[in-house]
Amino acid sequence: MITAVARLGAWVLHSIGRLGFASRFFVAILRYSGPSFARFWLTVREIYFEGVLSLVIICVSSLFVGMVLGLQGYDTLVRYGSSDALGVVVALSLVRELGPVMAALLFASRAGSAITAEIGLMKATEQLAAMEMMAVEPIARVVAPRFWAGVISMPLLATIFSAVGIFGGYLVGVVVIGVDPGAFWSQMQASVDFRNDVLNGILKSFVFGVAVTWIAVLEGYEAPPTAEGVSGATTRTVVTSALAILGLDVILTALMFRGA
Amino acid sequence: MDRQVVKLTKVAFGYDKTRRVLEDIDLVVPEGKIVALMGRSGCGKTTILRLIGGVHRATAGTVEVFGEDIAALDADGLYRLRQRMGMLFQFGALFTDLSVYDNVAFPLRERTNLSERLIRDLVLMKLEAVGLRGARDMMPHELSGGMARRVALARGIALDPRLMMFDEPFTGLDPISLGTIGKLVRELNDALGASSIIVTHDVLESMQIVDYLYFISEGRVIASGTPDAIRASQDPFLRQFVHMEAQGAVPFHHPADDYRSEMLGAAAA
Repeated sequence: MITAVARLGAWVLHSIGRLGFASRFFVAILRYSGPSFARFWLTVREIYFEGVLSLVIICVSSLFVGMVLGLQGYDTLVRYGSSDALGVVVALSLVRELGPVMAALLFASRAGSAITAEIGLMKATEQLAAMEMMAVEPIARVVAPRFWAGVISMPLLATIFSAVGIFGGYLVGVVVIGVDPGAFWSQMQASVDFRNDVLNGILKSFVFGVAVTWIAVLEGYEAPPTAEGVSGATTRTVVTSALAILGLDVILTALMFRGA
Repeated sequence: MDRQVVKLTKVAFGYDKTRRVLEDIDLVVPEGKIVALMGRSGCGKTTILRLIGGVHRATAGTVEVFGEDIAALDADGLYRLRQRMGMLFQFGALFTDLSVYDNVAFPLRERTNLSERLIRDLVLMKLEAVGLRGARDMMPHELSGGMARRVALARGIALDPRLMMFDEPFTGLDPISLGTIGKLVRELNDALGASSIIVTHDVLESMQIVDYLYFISEGRVIASGTPDAIRASQDPFLRQFVHMEAQGAVPFHHPADDYRSEMLGAAAA
């Protein structure tokens, strides 16, 4: 019993310590963002690796998700004679929820894990130590550009996810099933509010972007410099990011969409 | 008297309160000289380099570099000091996403405001010095271990450091590459008028190029001297180390219970 309490205490202390380090690390990223932005091409380069190279998985996944939404949405709506509302269902589902959440989960799996592995391996091969010895701050040169690239890429990827998803819903709903295209688009236009739906969705994806890239760079920077250490850190990035995205989604949804 | 570039006085260091890695280290690196830190793996040699580079702070004693006490420097002061240092890591630590050219140009682009044209000239001069001007467009994964070490050396001397530190520069190299690196270390040190510290356990190669050696064991300096004095020494540890004998003052076996009783005890159980 005492051992269990001691273990719990050690775990709590360890967790508080880690949270403290993560917070200080976040502050350090913000502190070194100025020098990093001064050479914005570093961030642009990372936007290519994290954002542009994620486009394929984002587009393909969102097309399928949109198609499934079209099928499922039609199947339910037709029972109530509301198949014309298919466009609204597909668009709201994507813009409010599935776009930001799915894009963030895919981003964490593809780009977040890559960021962790890259920084972890740079640490294991002493590249970060070499930078420090050259009087170059690794947080400014390596971490901050990757962090901001993720933060910038995430809302763009979520927006693209929603747009392609809506197109997938259109393909199934209008082209294949035969829902009236005028009703599909006009109802969507009338019911989707730019501020409440679109902007809130983008805000969600921004928050997810901060969370995922923060976790990814932190895990990479903290990874033990061994093959096992980097592998464990990569796994933790994906798992922690997924939990953070879903947890934050609950909070943000509760704050943003309270039946207004 | 020679000017001292590095001076460690009564230095102690431990990663935590219970485990001391270094104890009572006194060490000097005179200007223009190459000093080797030798000892078995894990004896604390690399930790001394980290203390000199300011990566770690000494638990006790003082570490002075270019006359400045490392402990008294803030982050900016430390980075300013590091601009006068170069370091060659054990396996080169080249940036894997940059070409050979960009690796050598890295410190010049980061730490100076020189034009790209001038940087180009400097990079080619540094690469010429290590014999790899023709490899400027290669990526690190295309280089052999010896070539990678030479590129890292070119990068290390890019800013003409006053102090070069080499962490196991000879590890894992074939005899030709090993000789090349050793020769380059000596030539570049003399050409730049710099001072160098080599952390190594390669006795034969280092004895040929260094001016002074410190032997570290169990976190303490147990012997020091010029290569000739070390060769002539009758100290059992130095004899074992210099002549590469498995048994001697340093036992082959890690301390353990009696082998016979442990094996028979296991069989009986």
